[in-house]
Parts: sequence; structure tokens; C-alpha cells
Amino acid sequence: MTKKIQKLSRRQFVAAAAAGTAMASGALGFPSITRAASTVKLGVVHPVTGFLQFSGTQCRFGALMAIEEINAAGGIESLGGAKLEVVLGDAQSKAEVGAAEVEKFNEAGVSAIVGAYASGICLATTQAAAKYGIPHVVDVGVNDKIVGRGLENTFRFGPGFGNITKAGTDGLIAINNAAGNPTKTVVIVHENTTPFGSYMAGLMKKGLEPAGFEVMDVLPHPTPNKDFRNIALKIKELNPDLVIPSHYYNEGVLFLRTLQRQRVVPKAIYSVLGGASSQYRFLTEFPDAAQYVLDCNHWFDPRNQKAQALRQKTEAAGKSFSYEVFLAYTAVRFAADAMERAGSADRGKIIEAMAASTWSDHFMPYGETRMVNGQNQGALPMVLQVQGKEIEVVHPPRFKTSSAVFPRPA
Amino acid sequence: MEFLGIEIPLYSWSTVIGSAISGVFLGAIYALVALGLTLIYGVLHIINFAHGSLLMLAMYAVFFLWHLFGIDPYLAMLIVVPGGFLFGYGLQRSVIGKASHGRDEIVLLVTLGVAIVIENAALFLFTANERSVQVPYDLDGIDLGVTFVVWPEIAALAGSLLITLALWSFMTRTDTGKAIRAVAKERQGARLVGINVEHIFAVSFGIGTACVAAAASLLAPTYAVNPQFGYLFVLIAFTIVVLGGMGSFVGALVGGFIIGITEQLGRLFLGESLGLITISVIFILILLFRPTGLFGQKV
Repeated sequence: MTKKIQKLSRRQFVAAAAAGTAMASGALGFPSITRAASTVKLGVVHPVTGFLQFSGTQCRFGALMAIEEINAAGGIESLGGAKLEVVLGDAQSKAEVGAAEVEKFNEAGVSAIVGAYASGICLATTQAAAKYGIPHVVDVGVNDKIVGRGLENTFRFGPGFGNITKAGTDGLIAINNAAGNPTKTVVIVHENTTPFGSYMAGLMKKGLEPAGFEVMDVLPHPTPNKDFRNIALKIKELNPDLVIPSHYYNEGVLFLRTLQRQRVVPKAIYSVLGGASSQYRFLTEFPDAAQYVLDCNHWFDPRNQKAQALRQKTEAAGKSFSYEVFLAYTAVRFAADAMERAGSADRGKIIEAMAASTWSDHFMPYGETRMVNGQNQGALPMVLQVQGKEIEVVHPPRFKTSSAVFPRPA
Repeated sequence: MEFLGIEIPLYSWSTVIGSAISGVFLGAIYALVALGLTLIYGVLHIINFAHGSLLMLAMYAVFFLWHLFGIDPYLAMLIVVPGGFLFGYGLQRSVIGKASHGRDEIVLLVTLGVAIVIENAALFLFTANERSVQVPYDLDGIDLGVTFVVWPEIAALAGSLLITLALWSFMTRTDTGKAIRAVAKERQGARLVGINVEHIFAVSFGIGTACVAAAASLLAPTYAVNPQFGYLFVLIAFTIVVLGGMGSFVGALVGGFIIGITEQLGRLFLGESLGLITISVIFILILLFRPTGLFGQKV
């Protein structure tokens, strides 16, 4: 048998070399060398359908506003003005669906992900993103396990459970002390369907009892929940000084309205991540139920004009300026700033930039960003109170816009 | 107190009675949703998976009549009930009846498809935001001592009783009602005596939808609507239809009250989540002794 040796023509050789170079570049992951990046893909995933749909759509709105503003201002300057190209995902209020959306994001070649509102969904999406080394900025999800698992790709710009309950407890103690300690007995009401309410309630109880408060009972409820009359009756029987609720928006509204309907009037309602308590929408629709309710929650720096401008823009679009909007907005801004610092759309470089970020050009009361194990150390909540037609900051003192009305007038 | 390893808290009698009373009002709401469902099942022998979506659509109709024109939800009943009837009639005549080709197994899938289309259309048109009706009498009512009952809850109870009476009267005293009962009992025989069976199917579906529209008007002052709203009530409504006896209005009413009271007392003593198991327990117990339901006809 004779071996046939095919001689390559010069044309064939050049074509093969070009193909080989392109393949090698792709395999080595140097897209910025072989092509000019005109867009950088950003995955944005939230529960825009299902029982968390209100909060999810608010988050998505905030994220899209930030993307639009960044692009209008010229995009990512260090990437030649590359615009942010959003890849949207719907977690359908389910953790497994959120994780599936991350798989799609990876297929689409996103450089980073922002999302996914609820703690349970964030736990899944960050884990899925970690498989592919995709940087993931958590916008809201407060469960401390989100950033406590050693995933190098995961960053949370806002505060977590531990920080929020400590701030909530400290705020309550300070407000109670300032008023001459009128409240002592407490009933905690919380949702127990997602990894948010139960954990929050446990931390609150641990923080309040050493401070001299007596936790008479802890009353869990599912999410969604269509009836709070039993809980209202139990609170009526126990007659605590203080009720501390912790749930999502829909349940928050129904709970506060039920207390009002059943004439259950504790000395104060002090919610921690109360869902409805510091929402302008609730204040507008049910002003009587909302009056004097205190809430330890995410909030912007009230002195910052950028926050006020964003509020006006949000309300002009017919949306309520809720924590979901401004947290998702700042999460996208944080991600974009990291891309700017990295000067690259490469996932690994963006992770490094996020970990070393010192971003301070934001309107949250967090100061200069400092990430430790993915958690922004300066992040903190504020204690808010509905007074008249406004939501005032009543604690901490350096951000106060009004003094707390505590206990509420009879 | 401990029972089967579960810690059962003890409450005062006023709390227990207050919970039972709230169960009556909750049961009235369940009955409102179940009435239309039991009529549709009793006549068409189909489980209408679109029932929850129709309730949600009716709630949106009530909301927008209030939001755009300032029409009180109870007055809106004068518009949404006839509107619901026409919508249900048209849906059965033009969509469900035609798509199912008379086969029950296809009807189930068609109603499921209708539910998905309606829900997603609502999500697209109205977004995910909850919409609430605000009425000035929301907090006024009667203090029963053990609990406070507001006018919207009283209206829902009165509504469920009146609608049950109206349906029963319609079915027993009108020619159309008799025709509906004839079709429900013996479809072929009804056709042979000259009853337009397809028209009767559509009328029944229309009346069922009208019932759900009435329920929407009565629920609107208490509950906010979103595209997922139907799921809150319709699954329990299915339970009540079976419990009360399929096709029985009185059964739907009584079943609603039984489930409402059982649920509230169960949630009081066993917790808001675990307490829901009492619905399944009472359902199984009743069917063990009355397999056709409380007021169902014996086979």
C-alpha cells in the first residue's frame, strides 16, 4: 500500500492557520484581543412571576433604570464605551428556576449577574454562578449564608440578617430608652416559608431577651397567607406592648390591615424587614394602617440628592420607590463600577475588582465599599417610621430626619 | 398540652370562639367561589381549571371599575355579574365546547389552557403589582366582643346566603333551571325532548362565571388582586365542591362553612402552616361516611 501525502497549498495553509488561531484564542479566552467589545452582557434575574412577583418586578425596574443610565452616560469607559446588554431571567419565585436561569446566562456569555431578590433564590443562583466563575451581585437577599459559604464569586452590597437584626435590636433599645422604656413585652410575627422569616425571628429573639424584653410568643405564618385573623386574636389575648412583624409585602399589608380591623392596638409596631411598613405604596393606599409603624429596613441616605432624583424619576414612571428599586439599582451600579475598574469583561477580573472595590459614588448610607468574604462591611439598615404622609428616618441619629413617635398616640 | 407529640397551646374561650366566628366568614368566601364551580361540575361534569383565573379576571374588572370610574365594588356587581355571565357563555360556546369535541378528558386540558392564557394575559396587561380597592367603610362593623366583624365580611356572608338561595330558586322554579337539571341528569334524554344541550351548557358555564363575578365584588374590599390571586381560593373550592356533593349548592355553602371553621380552628391550635392539614382530615372523614359528599346524590 502506498501512502499518499497531500501537499498543502499556500492558500490552504493560511486558511488553516487563521482558523487555528481563532480556535486557540477562543480556547484561551482572550475575546478582547480578537474582537472589539461593543457590549458587555449582564444577567439580571428576579422573581417577576409567582408569589414574589411584586418585589421581583420592582427589582427588575430598578436594575433596568441603572443600566439605561449607565448606557446613556457612555457605557463602560475603560472598555471603549461598551454598553451594558441586559439578559433578563425570571426565577418564577422558585430557587430551582433561578438556578436554571443562571445556566442560560452562562450559555449567553454574561460577564456578571445581578439578582435575585429572595434569599432562597439567591442561595441557588449564586451557587449555580459559582460553577462557571460568574460574578454575582446579590441585590437584596439577606440570609447570611449567601455570603458565608466561601463562594468567591458572590458579593452583597447591602446588609445581611446579622447586621439588620443587630441594627434593629439596637435601634429598638435606643428608641425605647429615649422614651422612658414604655415597652417590655413582645410578640414576633414572621413568615416561615422561605429562608428569611424564621431565621430573622430567631435572631431577633436572641437579641431582644438579653436587652430586657420579654418575648411572649413567636407566631409563624406561611407565604402566601390569605388570613391573619387568628394571629390578630392571639395578639389580642397576649396583649403585648410591642409587635414585631417580618414578612413580604402582600402579607405585610394584610397583617397590618387585619390588626386595624380587629382593633388590636399595641403600643408600637416595630417591624424588621416588614415588607409593607416602609413602602410608599402602602402609605398611599392605607395611610391609617401605616401611621407610626416603625420598620428597620433598607433605606437610602435621605440627605443625598441623587436618591431624591431617583425617587422622582421612579414615581414619574408610575412606580413606587421601594427598597427593591434602589437596592437593585445600586447593585447594578456596583457591578458596572467593578467592570470599569477591571477594564475587562473577563469574569475573573471582574471578581477581583469587586473584591477590591472602594466604590463610594452611591446614595446608600454605607460609605466607601469594603468587601470582606463578599459582604460590604459598611452596609447597614435604618429605622424608619411613617409620620403623616412621609417615611422618616428615626435612627441612627446621624441620618435622622425626625424623632420617633414612641409609643404611638392612643 | 401535648397530643401525638405536637404541642397544642391553650387559649381563652373568647379567642377560640373568635376564631370559629372568623371561620364562618372565611367559609362564606370559600362558598362564594365554590358555588359557581359546583354548578359547572354538576351540569357539564367537568372540573373547571379556569375557575380561579375567572375569579381573578372578575376581581380586576371590579378594581378597574372602582379605579377608573369610582364605582363602589358592591354596585359594580350590577355590571360584572351580567358581564361575567356573557363572558362565561361565550367562553363555553366558542372555545371550550368547540375545542373539546365533546370529550371530557379534552375539556380538562382546554380549561387548563384557558387558565394559563388568562393568567399570562393578566400578567402582561396589568403587571404583577397587587391592586387594592379602598372603601370608606373598610373599618366599620360590629363588635361581637370576641371579635370585630367589618361590613365587607358581613356583606360576603350575606352574599353567599343570598346567592345560594337565588341559585336554588332559579334551578327549581324556572324553566331554564329545569332544563339545566334535565341536562345534568340525562344529557341524551334532554336532547331528545328538544332541549338545546349546547346552549344549556353555555348557560350553566355563564351562571357559574356570574357567581364568581359576584364573589369578586364581595371579596374586593378585603383582598388585593394580582395575576396569581385565583390560587388562593380555588384549590380549597375544589375540596368544598367534593365535600358538599358535586352539583349541590347547599352542599357548597355548608361545605364552605365546615372547611372555614375547621381551617381557622386548626390554624389556631396547630399553627398557621400545619393547621391546614385539618382540611384534609375533615375531608377524608366526611367522605368515609358519605362518599358522595354531604348533599350529593347516592349512586
